Amino acid sequence: MNAWNNIKAIMKRELGGYFTSPIAYVFLIIFLLLTGFFTFTIGNFFERGEASLVSFFTWHPWLYLFLVPAVGMRLWSEERRLGTMELLLTMPLTPWQAIVGKFLASWAFLALALALTFPVWITVNWLGSPDNGIIAAAYVGSLFLAGAYLAISCMTSALTRNQVISFILSVMICLFLILAGYTPVTDLLTRFANPAVVDIIASFSVMTHFEGFQRGVIDLRDFVFFVSVIGFALFTTGVIIRSQRAG
Amino acid sequence: MIKVEHLYKSFGAKIAVNDVSFTVERGEVLGFLGPNGSGKSTTMRMITGYYPPTSGRVTIGGFDITEKPLEAKRLIGYLPENAPGYADMTVHGFLSFAAELRGLHGAARKRAVQSAVEMCFLENVLHQSIDTLSKGYKHRTCLAQSLVHEPEVLIMDEPTDGLDPNQKHEVRLLIRKMAPTKAIMFSTHILEEVEDTCTRVIIIDRGVVVADGTPAELKARSPSGRLDEVFRDITLPDTVKAA
Repeated sequence: MNAWNNIKAIMKRELGGYFTSPIAYVFLIIFLLLTGFFTFTIGNFFERGEASLVSFFTWHPWLYLFLVPAVGMRLWSEERRLGTMELLLTMPLTPWQAIVGKFLASWAFLALALALTFPVWITVNWLGSPDNGIIAAAYVGSLFLAGAYLAISCMTSALTRNQVISFILSVMICLFLILAGYTPVTDLLTRFANPAVVDIIASFSVMTHFEGFQRGVIDLRDFVFFVSVIGFALFTTGVIIRSQRAG
Repeated sequence: MIKVEHLYKSFGAKIAVNDVSFTVERGEVLGFLGPNGSGKSTTMRMITGYYPPTSGRVTIGGFDITEKPLEAKRLIGYLPENAPGYADMTVHGFLSFAAELRGLHGAARKRAVQSAVEMCFLENVLHQSIDTLSKGYKHRTCLAQSLVHEPEVLIMDEPTDGLDPNQKHEVRLLIRKMAPTKAIMFSTHILEEVEDTCTRVIIIDRGVVVADGTPAELKARSPSGRLDEVFRDITLPDTVKAA
């Protein structure tokens, strides 16, 4: 399993990179503070008086909008800035092994951040008896949502050696993926366009597909959507990296 | 071991490398000379599989670098220009990572890292992160990376650039020590380095090979017998190119 060994080596290096620099700790602390703030203060968790984590998961598409690109922006732009890209791509590994390794490492890091929100889950279970099946489904959805944003950040970071540009580009693309299915926007669109057209636009949105998970519905179509976004963005990353060297 | 046939590379309308061919066998040390921007790095990047050639063929130990990239890359140790390294990693972590990608695991990896560390005198900085290293140490760390798997083919882009005279001397000694068992190719701007270590010299100017021979043969071209005069005679300064 040569390919898997290479992917593992890349993953180990990337994860090590997060934890030897302050990035990991700053990110985890800010992520946890923000989820707490949005869930309890803005989401009115206590005033709602219901045993669910709706006020927790509703904010994820918006929180991830800024936090996930912050994790992904360095993946390839840093390699280009340091010149290590040349080193990496002259090693005996295929570019896709490097792309997948980097992606999986960052995704694992985001999964860790998500797992560390467990006190919210304990709180709701302590106060009432929520449907933990729904909560589990929503966690899975949230992980895939983060994965889709991350793959997009991966793609934009391959475009430029400048991390700021990489960050802004991926925020813009993710914002589009939110807004295409955000209810106020779709309501506005139905005034001008045929509802069928609005539905097609909304079907490109992460909101539409994340909603099912939040209600505890695990629909194959939603999975397919997130997996295709990830696959497409990573494939494009490969194309970008190849074309930069072709001259 | 290294076989380059009619290699071309163009970036848009600009031709960076124009019909370069040569071979380097085991035991040979090829010095690759040329003014800045003459296509040295581009050629080396094609040989190591970083840039795909516009046309032409590179084979390493019988493996075509575009058709069998993994097999070919396994044989190569490469020191890129400016000796890049992951800023946040320690020297030891970086070398272990390189060894792992080279397919070395467990005890074999430890031994390989240890011997590369000894060869490049890195014991003092082993647990220091790369961005805190001086230029000389950073350079040697990247050099150690290229030697960790004891490659049969060694390609170095300006291996002595930015080193102090003692360090330059060490690197030259190292190259001479490895020469009998490897095919080595390196680029440089320092002409006495070539006389000192190379069995063969290629001078490239604006992408074209303008001289190819042993250091002695090249020196014989000039009445004074000095390599730098030969170099000046057959290459043009980059101010001329701009005109």
